Amino acid sequence: MLRFILTRLSLVIPTFVGMTLLAFLMIRLVPGDPIETLAGERGIDAARHAALVKEYGLDQPLLTQYAIYIGRVLQGDLGKSMITQAPVLQEFTALFPATIELATCAILFALVLGIPAGMLAAVKRNSVFDHGVMGVSLTGYSMPIFWWGLLLILLFSVQLGWTPVSGRIAVKYYFEPVTGFNLIDAWLSGEPGAWRSTASHLVLPTIVLGTNPLAIIARMTRSAMLEVLGEDYIRTARAKGLSAWRVVALHAFRNALIPVVTVIGLQVSVLFTGAILTETIFSWPGVGKWMIEAISRRDYPVLQGGLLLLGGMVMVVNLLVDVAYGVINPRVRRAS
Amino acid sequence: MNDAPPSTATAEAPPGPLREFWASFSANAGAVAGLVIVVAVLLMAALAPWIAPHAPDMTDNTAFLRPPVWADGGSWSTPLGTDAIGRDMLSRLIHGARLSLTIGLAVVALSIAVGIVLGMVAGFVRGVTEIAIMRLMDVILTLPSLLLAIVIVAILGPGLMNAMLAVSVVVLPHYVRITRAAVLAETARDYVTAARLAGAGRLRLMFIEVLPNCAAPLIVQASLGVSTAILDAAALGFLGLGAQPPAAEWGTMLADAREFVLRAWWVVTFPGLMILVTVLAFNLLGDGLRDALDPKLKR
Repeated sequence: MLRFILTRLSLVIPTFVGMTLLAFLMIRLVPGDPIETLAGERGIDAARHAALVKEYGLDQPLLTQYAIYIGRVLQGDLGKSMITQAPVLQEFTALFPATIELATCAILFALVLGIPAGMLAAVKRNSVFDHGVMGVSLTGYSMPIFWWGLLLILLFSVQLGWTPVSGRIAVKYYFEPVTGFNLIDAWLSGEPGAWRSTASHLVLPTIVLGTNPLAIIARMTRSAMLEVLGEDYIRTARAKGLSAWRVVALHAFRNALIPVVTVIGLQVSVLFTGAILTETIFSWPGVGKWMIEAISRRDYPVLQGGLLLLGGMVMVVNLLVDVAYGVINPRVRRAS
Repeated sequence: MNDAPPSTATAEAPPGPLREFWASFSANAGAVAGLVIVVAVLLMAALAPWIAPHAPDMTDNTAFLRPPVWADGGSWSTPLGTDAIGRDMLSRLIHGARLSLTIGLAVVALSIAVGIVLGMVAGFVRGVTEIAIMRLMDVILTLPSLLLAIVIVAILGPGLMNAMLAVSVVVLPHYVRITRAAVLAETARDYVTAARLAGAGRLRLMFIEVLPNCAAPLIVQASLGVSTAILDAAALGFLGLGAQPPAAEWGTMLADAREFVLRAWWVVTFPGLMILVTVLAFNLLGDGLRDALDPKLKR
């Protein structure tokens, strides 16, 4: 087991090095002089230019620059935002809870609907319900979520007036952030209506961000269930006279869950990608919107840091899923 | 349910590979529907200047945000209404098919070409080269796709070409991995050893002996890849990083329409519907191709 974990870890290290290399080279690939890019349209005088070249270590050889960069990264120094001058890591950690809250709600939404739908579709294979689930999930998989978000706003916010158009909570509420998750903080604050307002702001972004994972999870659950339902031990369980429900829910579902868990782990990347679009549409104050705004301000350290942090997080989750997979399924452990 | 009925082979000669493929493909209603839509969009793109009622960038300052023909105030001259500066929606959507398909096909062509070469090299050369290529692909795969594409565009500057390049990079690992896996499986086969003994050079082995046998998974991935490319490029357009206005690209049109979501539903609804239908069609087609070409790949 330990050997399995160590093998997986050793595979992650080069990926992380590659990621830092990519993030490091990224800023150097920006056409033109980096200091002048930093200075923006205001321009910069020669003395300050020389001082900044020294400060950023741009007079050093590239390899030395990279060594300095990776040294800083390992100490948690991801540079400063060029606009706010605040450390990138500090800005990230301030905004990240909003993204995580949204992503958590979205994946829960996807799981709660996706797993039962996929299971039922497999049990009632080739029925109208099965075809319906497969059709809907292929549509969800093909959905441009930035458009889906606008459609939902059009229907639920504009036509029906049920949900707010954007933001995390109505402006009139204020409470000190404790956990950073508004659903919890609003509940802790005890302010009447605050929790309701938070929840109503979350509904549409949750659906929009959850749509792609929902489609993938439903499809994956269905095919995993179909595979398991064809196994001999299921026939044995049926032959023993166990109720159909018991066979499906206890015997089949447990084993079908293994590939499904892997797919859920892979959704982290999908969620971060989706969060960029969802946060932009709903003006959700998370890291996705932060990075999109960094582009228009040409705030390269923010882009660099954000890429590394989100990429690193996906990497860690993938590693955990891999290890968990090995724990659940000894065959995987042996094979590697 | 997608297998050809076994009884047909008894009386006639066994069907050729193309016939067999078609029999299997056409039994899948979804795949055929996907194919029909893809052909329709292709025709729409090819014939755009002749079937579009107006030029895509012609403005009409008497008809800002005119609703579609069936709504109050609609007109037959602009059946799907007009946008905020009086351009005909229908004409822009038809011309948008050109851009979106070009993007989808160009991205797939570029990434498949580069992917085959890198995958071949990784599979044949092995050693450090293979490790370097595959690790780089792992890095690209680990980063959230749109995020990486956004960063690439942020460096290169917004625009259609750079967006296409960025999406090509993001989807590249799939082709490299598929090619390498196929190469590793094929090089162990006897026919490759035979070719090698017969004196075939490395390039001949790579591209003439092995490549044709890797074609099936690559074709499937390419067909599914077109839909990813269209979707990602539209997302970049929506974020203002892809095709720039006034280009009639569906994602860019949506970005322009965002501020009118409260008063003109049609400028928001139709471009997204086009993206959805086109992407859905390519996914259906890809699924159908996968089932018909390689039943083993069926999930």
